[in-house]
Amino acid sequence: MASAKEIRTKIKSVKNTQKITRAMEKVAMSKMRKATERMLQARPYAEKIWRTVGHLAQATPEYKHPFMVEREVRRVAYVIVATDRGLCGGLNMNLFRAVVRAVREWRAKGVETEFAVYGNKGIAFFRRVGGQVIAHAAGLGDRPHLDQLLGTLKAVTDAYREGRVDRVYLAGNQFVNTMTQRPQLRQLLPLAVTTHGEESTAESGHGYPWDYIYEPDAVSLLDTVLTRYLESQVYQAVVENVACEQSARMVAMKSASDNAGKIINQLQLAYNKARQAGITKELAEIVGGAAAV
Amino acid sequence: MATIHVDIVSAEGDLHHGEAAMVFAPAEEGEVGIAPRHAPLLTRLKPGALRVKQEDGTELSFFVGGGILEVQPHLVTVLADTAIRAKDVDEAAAEQARQRAQEAMSKAKSDLDLARAQAELAQAAALAHFLEKIKKATR
Repeated sequence: MASAKEIRTKIKSVKNTQKITRAMEKVAMSKMRKATERMLQARPYAEKIWRTVGHLAQATPEYKHPFMVEREVRRVAYVIVATDRGLCGGLNMNLFRAVVRAVREWRAKGVETEFAVYGNKGIAFFRRVGGQVIAHAAGLGDRPHLDQLLGTLKAVTDAYREGRVDRVYLAGNQFVNTMTQRPQLRQLLPLAVTTHGEESTAESGHGYPWDYIYEPDAVSLLDTVLTRYLESQVYQAVVENVACEQSARMVAMKSASDNAGKIINQLQLAYNKARQAGITKELAEIVGGAAAV
Repeated sequence: MATIHVDIVSAEGDLHHGEAAMVFAPAEEGEVGIAPRHAPLLTRLKPGALRVKQEDGTELSFFVGGGILEVQPHLVTVLADTAIRAKDVDEAAAEQARQRAQEAMSKAKSDLDLARAQAELAQAAALAHFLEKIKKATR
């Protein structure tokens, strides 16, 4: 059995670790509150623009934007939203696993994949597995700004426009609640045509082909709307991922603190036993010595 | 009376939703007024005042810093880049924004900076104009 002094040092170091994990838990908790708030604030815009694009997909426009045209799939791109920092449980790994699974399916069909990555952890992972990373952005912080996201997104949309990729997916974590975050893959381009069914035809009131009046012209307007749409989708995904990161970290740090507490208890018990054993031994020695005299 | 549903959202959140008798918006090609059963319309907005006339005749004012306007016969969606409720507009902040924009313009180096500064100035000027109007209306 380890000596009492060794155990004491061990207990001290575990206690220090516990202090750190507990502090991180508290920090994550307050950051999570802000992050979920931001996520909820960004949601209405994302929902409304999604609806508008849904209407747009139902219209019979005079001009077909390249973002709306389905092509034969030879290459696909994944826009991956990961975290900048670790210590957030299995959040990133679960997402990467889902992506890798999808990539494998594409490979079986002979389709190559490319990646555009947000967040340090994602960059490190996809470099390591040897994926082709065409663009990345990191260091987004707790309050990601749209400006920081645009460069990477543009690299992807350019690749799509030039025909280097034929389909774009967005991979990020979906915030279900504090305890649950779910990896989610969604098709970004070409626009997955959403049919709202009867409800929307009733809403718009026409069952025959219709089109918008475009002011000033369809080409530039569709471009504006669809670009905004992509931006808002990516922004929403990033903001949501921050909320996921903080809540996952909070949960991970809470269980780490709990585990540290358990270890301290066990060590304390071992320490007490070792101390007791030492005293017993000393007593035995004294008694033995006295008997010899 | 026929009404039209209005949703005004910006990236920072939901600003207004509800029924309206008429909506006036600063479209790129000039101000548009939208009554219920308007034909589907899609247009860009320029910075300016967006007014929502409610069923009871009261008017709500918003400031939009550009964005997209989508009209369906029974639905108006305003996707604003930045939107402010009239009563939240802070005059001092608006003046500051304008000064900042002008400064940026005088210091602008490349074309890109200039374009951005001009856009900022246009927004700030529109905001000042908007404030002016509100002041008159409340007086």
